Amino acid sequence: MRRTPLTTALPLLLAAGLAIPLVQGCKPANTKSAVTGDAASKVFVPPGQYDEFYNFVSGGFNGQMSVYGIPSGRMLRNIPVFSVNPESGWGYSEETKPMLMSSHGFIPWDDSHHVEPSMTDGVPDGRWMFINGNNTPRIALIDLTTFRTKTIIEIPNSAGNHSSPFITPNSEYVVAGTRFSLPLGDEAQRDVPIDTYKENFKGTISFVHPDAATGKMSIAFQIKTPGIDFDLSHAGKGPSDGWFFFSCYNTEQAHELLEVNASQNDKDFIMAVNWKKAEQYAKDGKGKMVPGKHYMNHYSDETHMATSEVINEVLQLDPKELTDLLYFMPCPKSPHGCDVDPSGEYIVGSGKLAALIPVFSFEKMIKAIDNKDFEGQFDGIPVLKYEDVLHGEVKRPGLGPLHTEFDDKGFAYSSMFVSSEIVKWNVKTLEVVDRVPTYYSIGHLSIPGGDSRKPWGKYVIAYNKITKDRYLPTGPELAQSAQLFSIDGPKMELLSDYPSIGEPHYAQSLPADLIKDKSVKFFKIEDNKHPYVTRGEKEARVVRDGKNVHVYMTCIRSHFSPDNIEGIKMGDDVYFHVTNLEQDWDVPHGFAVKGAATAELLIMPGETQTLKWTPTSVGVKPFYCTDFCSALHQEMQGYIRVSPAGSNIKLTANTKSANAGL
Amino acid sequence: MRPISRIIIALAALLMLVTLIQPIWRIDLWAPQYPEGLLLQIFHDRFTGNVSQINGLNHYIGMATIHNEMFPEFRIMRYVIGILVAWGLVAALIGRLWALGSWLFGLLAFVIWAMWDMYSWGWNYGHNLDPKAAIQIEGMAYQPPLFGHKTLLNFEAWSFPDVGGYFLFGSITLAVLVFIYEWKKPRAISA
Repeated sequence: MRRTPLTTALPLLLAAGLAIPLVQGCKPANTKSAVTGDAASKVFVPPGQYDEFYNFVSGGFNGQMSVYGIPSGRMLRNIPVFSVNPESGWGYSEETKPMLMSSHGFIPWDDSHHVEPSMTDGVPDGRWMFINGNNTPRIALIDLTTFRTKTIIEIPNSAGNHSSPFITPNSEYVVAGTRFSLPLGDEAQRDVPIDTYKENFKGTISFVHPDAATGKMSIAFQIKTPGIDFDLSHAGKGPSDGWFFFSCYNTEQAHELLEVNASQNDKDFIMAVNWKKAEQYAKDGKGKMVPGKHYMNHYSDETHMATSEVINEVLQLDPKELTDLLYFMPCPKSPHGCDVDPSGEYIVGSGKLAALIPVFSFEKMIKAIDNKDFEGQFDGIPVLKYEDVLHGEVKRPGLGPLHTEFDDKGFAYSSMFVSSEIVKWNVKTLEVVDRVPTYYSIGHLSIPGGDSRKPWGKYVIAYNKITKDRYLPTGPELAQSAQLFSIDGPKMELLSDYPSIGEPHYAQSLPADLIKDKSVKFFKIEDNKHPYVTRGEKEARVVRDGKNVHVYMTCIRSHFSPDNIEGIKMGDDVYFHVTNLEQDWDVPHGFAVKGAATAELLIMPGETQTLKWTPTSVGVKPFYCTDFCSALHQEMQGYIRVSPAGSNIKLTANTKSANAGL
Repeated sequence: MRPISRIIIALAALLMLVTLIQPIWRIDLWAPQYPEGLLLQIFHDRFTGNVSQINGLNHYIGMATIHNEMFPEFRIMRYVIGILVAWGLVAALIGRLWALGSWLFGLLAFVIWAMWDMYSWGWNYGHNLDPKAAIQIEGMAYQPPLFGHKTLLNFEAWSFPDVGGYFLFGSITLAVLVFIYEWKKPRAISA
């Protein structure tokens, strides 16, 4: 055959044509091909049926805690915690404003990272959830009968409450370790140059006690530590009950350019805290009271309102004097996760810059402490020898290990941020047995009961930091991406992707049976001890107290009483104390008035909530119910007349009853 | 009558005392938005169950609000039951067929009166509607069923005896059986 330019080019073109699909074939597989078999049937919860688990997810930068059903991934509720929530009046109503009070005043937002359940014998008991506020250091307690925030306590002498709110096996303490060390003490001691970090900056670890009967919290004691950064923590359990473990970084004690300067040391620390001993020292009067102004805010379901307590001092223990409280275990490269396996024997430190995962042995640690076999000291705290306390290393697990959760069969599951995968390994033999990609860049991961003594090892959920193309695009700002994997077989299996709100960090899942039957349906009106309760339409009225006007208002399907109010004057503050008289499940009423700078109220049956309204102009203003409550919801409205200051219109209220007896 | 018959009559009379502590009748309501159902239980002296929810719903269609005080029956029922129990015990003591017959007559009269009373109460409750009610449907009445099932707008309603009611009917059945037994058996043997 005569060679023409075309026949010469043809093989080249063919080769190029073949090459294109070949190149595409070399691109990594994505989850479009990763889902196999009957994944759909494993996450499908038929209409009318319930999910198997409640899943409590931190909201990250939204400052809230959201609740999902697992395995469906359906979002059930978003619980307002540290951030105002205008849809329910959280942080706007007179009753809830004190919940967000702190030594810095009213703070409308926080960054909530970690969720931890109350425990009995090291097993989640379904009573409370705790969540940390990172920015303005706080811990919140959420009541799982009402799914509401019951208590928020501020942590003094702390900044960046990150290693929190991890809990001891019988809910004796939730901890709060400071991320940023700070100069502490009186004003002169606090006003120091930043480059005196090494001499002046100190860390603290606070042990916060939740009261079993009331859910109120108090700081039992605080341990002063060297000036480093604390990252995450977990309590010991079983044999290691009585100890707490914290991951530490920046042992370089850098105060600038931490990205580089805090990554120099080959090893940082896991700090072991003998909290049983600390508790004893606190009881024996070995601590001393130091300045530590903080707020404790508590919401009562009887008075339906929050009150704030201000506490000015905390009990501090100094490990330089009490030398058997703290020990450092060297841990490679800026450890992040600090996780204790269900048996309580193994402590996993995840050096986020390390190419291995060290696993420490509690038994070996105790032996080394008993032998006083120390490598040296760090700022007065004994440092144990790495080899002495090491159970072993998981070799080449992946890149960027962050967190580890456990199942009930002796396996650990570690999240790998950089290599974007979950790695399953055997806690005893340290062998990697399975790995599965996540989409994309997993941060925390969560197994139901995965940090307790009794994990329900059926699913692992990956909370990914990057979403990109997982869902239909919504502009530059995207939802976060969670992924559910089944782990009851030998291989992890991807079941589904679902979007989540805020920025989930840690999460907890509890079997639905631990919680669902205790859920409150409504509040009994006869138990309502709110000082401005209106127990029936006969008590509805309007009372003037100087410039303040108190409206004792009721709502029931489908009217307010009073529904017409006259005699308000410019310069008055009107307090609408609205009581929902309904005594049935799922009949909230809303209350909104034109021009209210205080958002609205959503009032649950049997509850009283107060909206403060300051009229801005003369005229007749409407108010109405915002929650579609009945077929006559659109009729549920009223008017309030605002007259000029100094007018002599009498204060009156129309409380005629629309239907006798209700 | 045989001693065993007299013992059964006394027992049947005493069983009726259960109506003083247990609900006699129940009305169950179900609608799509009330998957858990609503229940109205009638004791000898009061209503219990979801009375306030039922009142709340009924005001849309102009039905009267139910209060215990509205029913004089609740005040006298305990005496009526007391008399019937005593009457049964006396019949057992006398041990004659006529005495048992008179008790049986009393029981049946009571049941007929009670059912008629409940029917007339239900009729009034379902028909006498507030002319200013928010929801008015031409020709619609909301009389609850006397016995069995009925559909009322979006609600399904069931009306049946409750524990006390079953004991009452049990007592009557025992009395009837003893009466038949004593009446059919040869008189001569009777002492």
